[in-house]
Amino acid sequence: MRLGELAHARAGDKGDISNISVIAYEPGDYAFLAEHVTAERVKALFGDIVRGAVTRYELPELGAFNFVLQRALGGGVTRSLRLDPHGKSLSSLLLELDIPDRQRA
Amino acid sequence: MRTIRIGAGSGFGGDRVEPAIELADRGGLDYLVFECLAERTIALAQQARLQDPDAGYDRLLEERMDRVLPPCRRNGIRIVSNMGAANPAAAARAVASVARRLGLAGLKIAYVLGDDVLSPVRAANWPLTDGPSSTADLGARIVSANAYLGVEPIVSALRQGADIVITGRVGDPALFAAPLVHEFGWALDDWVRLGRGAMIGHLLECAGQLTGGYFADPSRKDVPGLARLGFPFADVDEDGTALFGKVDGSGGELSIRTCKEQLLYEVHDPARYIQPDVVADFTSARFTQAGLDKVRLEGGGGSPRTDSLKVTIGYRDGFIGEGQISYAGTGAERRARLALEVVRERLDLIGVAISELRLDVIGVDALYAGPRGPHEPMDVRARITGRTASLQDAQRIGREIEAAWINGPAGGGGATWSAREVIAAASMLLPRDLVEPTIHWLES
Repeated sequence: MRLGELAHARAGDKGDISNISVIAYEPGDYAFLAEHVTAERVKALFGDIVRGAVTRYELPELGAFNFVLQRALGGGVTRSLRLDPHGKSLSSLLLELDIPDRQRA
Repeated sequence: MRTIRIGAGSGFGGDRVEPAIELADRGGLDYLVFECLAERTIALAQQARLQDPDAGYDRLLEERMDRVLPPCRRNGIRIVSNMGAANPAAAARAVASVARRLGLAGLKIAYVLGDDVLSPVRAANWPLTDGPSSTADLGARIVSANAYLGVEPIVSALRQGADIVITGRVGDPALFAAPLVHEFGWALDDWVRLGRGAMIGHLLECAGQLTGGYFADPSRKDVPGLARLGFPFADVDEDGTALFGKVDGSGGELSIRTCKEQLLYEVHDPARYIQPDVVADFTSARFTQAGLDKVRLEGGGGSPRTDSLKVTIGYRDGFIGEGQISYAGTGAERRARLALEVVRERLDLIGVAISELRLDVIGVDALYAGPRGPHEPMDVRARITGRTASLQDAQRIGREIEAAWINGPAGGGGATWSAREVIAAASMLLPRDLVEPTIHWLES
């Protein structure tokens, strides 16, 4: 299934760094997402778009994660050649991540 | 418990004005804050100021003031804004001029200077926290350097009775936290309350992004009345607990899920959100829905501020030329790719020096070159972008795309192009003691 079936997301920018929040619609899905939406998988999904490291911050109280993607905005918002220099659309792409079907208890 | 109501009048320089008028008219506000500066805005404004000493502030300042000053005066609302950009003094004069034209005499307008740190930045070689390695590498290409100021000059201006405070670069959340520090007399080493103030300011600073803007995704995240999106306000008490709301009857959604998205927007480590006044900690924030379009925020904290202030440096970084042309029907993508290859070859043949080049097919791979869908697109747009050292070369990129109309593949239409100088932004840290904010006054 798509990550977007369990979570919503928002992308922000600072210089050449993008951050994307991933927020569970249901708090009960947090642990499942923690297992399957890892920094490594996010890095692999974006391929050449993200040239630096990906760090995942965890916010269990909010049922949310914050992914910080280094060297992800084509050299920075102010000098990028990309159609979407802010990387606003990266949140929608992250929600395309393929995750195992969630088995409800 | 006494609360102060602070409204968000804008989330960026070009933001819609109508929601701010609605807040000033019917929001029951104590303060109306306009946040209008992105990373490179001041560098661009500085360019304008070099051309005209009365320019260099927000281009919508007069329009906003013309619309909100009468209701703010009528309702006793004080205004705080960073619309001063590269020229807070000229912005304050413009506000006074609008007020006089509206017959609003006696408004006390304060403006804050001191964020412009071009002199100390130029006086030494500073390491950059991103981009090229140091300020010396940028040399004469630097056009602006502005430190992110904290709440102190705004608090002083409010204490001295300012009706309107105009600043240049200030930490965005500080525009909202300053009225709280002033009203509740928060100590400048009360890290928990300052952290909460920064968190509340952070949630408000993008205005409509808290109330359903940048959020709607039909069927999964439906937002009612998005066309009439209302901007948020917060009722804050002396402990830094907040109840967020918006004007009754305005459109949008203010919910736990919109608040969570905005809490993490443009944040890196949520336990260490570094601001001029405090290092805020968002990890203990708790949201509860307190009614339709009402969300309560509790928790949050902070730790001591750092010894330095972040400075954004604007510098000239060459030129970018960009052009686009559309193709339709079966084979549209193949013709778009042919057009891009032909333009690339022609740029080589005529000797245009391009240091970085991008070829995109919009509708196929411009945002993401991932796995392909099963259907061939019936409508695509070819896009070429290149970085050059001269404006002339940037223009040649655009002209070659335009020429693909006549000299390219079949059925190319809707060609557009542009060429511009790039003012890029880089960051550095400056010791606090090299930054001295000052407050100045005008009256309408």
